[in-house]
Amino acid sequence: MAEPSNPFVKPLPLVTPTTKPYWDGLNEGVVKLQYCGVCNCYIFYPRSHCPRCLNQQLDWREVSGEGTLHTFTVTSQPTAPHFADEVPQMLAMVDLDVGVRMTSTLKNVEPENIKVGMRVKPFFDPLSEDITLLRFQPA
Amino acid sequence: MGLDGTAALVGYAEFPHERKYTGPRQFTLEQWAELTRLALEDAGLELRDVNGIVCTDIRETGSFTPATIVEYLDQPVNFAERVDLGGASPVSMVWRAAVAIELGVADVVVCAMPARPIPSNPVRAPVDPRRYFQSSSANWGSPQAEFEIPYGNLAQNCGYAMIANRYASEFGYDEEAMAKLVVDQRKSGAVNPLAAFYEREVSIDDVLNSKMIADPLHMLEIVMPVAGGASVVLASKDIAKRCNHRPVWVKGFGEHLTMKTPTFAKDLCRSPVGPASSKAFEMAGVQRSEIDAAEIYDCYSITVLLTLEDAGFCGKGQGADFVKNNDLSYSGNFPVNSHGGQLGMGQAGGAGGMTQVIEGVQQIMGRADARQMAKCDTVYVSGTGGIMSEQSALILQGA
Repeated sequence: MAEPSNPFVKPLPLVTPTTKPYWDGLNEGVVKLQYCGVCNCYIFYPRSHCPRCLNQQLDWREVSGEGTLHTFTVTSQPTAPHFADEVPQMLAMVDLDVGVRMTSTLKNVEPENIKVGMRVKPFFDPLSEDITLLRFQPA
Repeated sequence: MGLDGTAALVGYAEFPHERKYTGPRQFTLEQWAELTRLALEDAGLELRDVNGIVCTDIRETGSFTPATIVEYLDQPVNFAERVDLGGASPVSMVWRAAVAIELGVADVVVCAMPARPIPSNPVRAPVDPRRYFQSSSANWGSPQAEFEIPYGNLAQNCGYAMIANRYASEFGYDEEAMAKLVVDQRKSGAVNPLAAFYEREVSIDDVLNSKMIADPLHMLEIVMPVAGGASVVLASKDIAKRCNHRPVWVKGFGEHLTMKTPTFAKDLCRSPVGPASSKAFEMAGVQRSEIDAAEIYDCYSITVLLTLEDAGFCGKGQGADFVKNNDLSYSGNFPVNSHGGQLGMGQAGGAGGMTQVIEGVQQIMGRADARQMAKCDTVYVSGTGGIMSEQSALILQGA
């Protein structure tokens, strides 16, 4: 008898031409972000235009990926059935030192030890041949 | 610049809020017609008086929504608007209607939001698992599809919880104050026969002992989905004076949006409610101290706390003390959500925010029955969409 198929397959990012260098970087174990040479700022998420000056000539630069926990929540029920196996989810917003904020989840930490302001560093989590998610762990 | 305050809310209709709807099922177009009929009857107007409509999405079509509604009612209009601002839509619908009336584009405008279940479709489509992502877009090319949903950062609970935890790190967090906010609103909801929690008050312990859904938010701090639906009708000054009830003038409004995902908020603890409310107060020429009741969009307890602060009823970081030092129930010294709010009534989908508008109207008209305030001439109403992402505000006044 065939296994019943699980309709709640984890939703993976679908890479676009604009965002491909970011995902390529994560697959290689590095964090690469867009940089606007006009505004001298990093940009996240990747875009066609700098959201400050609408410049389209954006570079890709490798950064350390270290940062600070801006805020978090710990869930006791999944945010969608696709994440039932991740409860308690440790959802986070992380401020990278280079000045961008991103959504992620935390690894290698107990929920009771999570504190706003704690230092974090990348945890590269390969989910498929094409996709590595950037999660974070205590620095 | 702004409104002269010569457009008025003159009638309303509100379906009971029911956790399990057992009545006859109607399509949203049919509910639109019924909500229109009831609101016009309440105002003392006829369908043929209507020459403007403001809607949100309906179930029977994905586009051309106003035209579909106008055809169904067989009533031509000069002003047709579809608003897409989530929970802020009702407040934003009202100001758009008022502007159209003041500009002379329309004289009588109906704003309706059906939120009852529709008849079952005999053609069974498989359930799309992406429906669980709710308001987070999984569409190809959507930033949320790529950078939020794969982490499980989706829907509303976790976003509001992260706002609350950020607030806690900056200003501290008094969970008893958050619970009292719910207790006061449930006291008001307990005397509102249309509320899902009619005659069901709760205690601070009930709130704090309810299940933790997304730390620090407990279940009773989160709205319960219900069936419902609501509508209002606005009219020009001349028409308003001939209607059945005391006109409720739209004196000021504001609207402010900054992002979809709270990760990209400039400041999680200082919401777009601030600029939206400042504009509304300034336009109306009304001071915070003149407000008799505040009807504040309340999808979560933290939404109300941030709105009290950002709208200027208390200072930043002083919301918990404000909640503890004031009685926010309908009989208190500073009523907030005197109808119970959505925490007390239940949230009837997008129509949830219309309860805040209608309560302001009812109090000013003097038709709030058991929860009627002795004096209520000036009301602040807020609307919140998404995760503190799209915000709007109104100042309503009696003559």
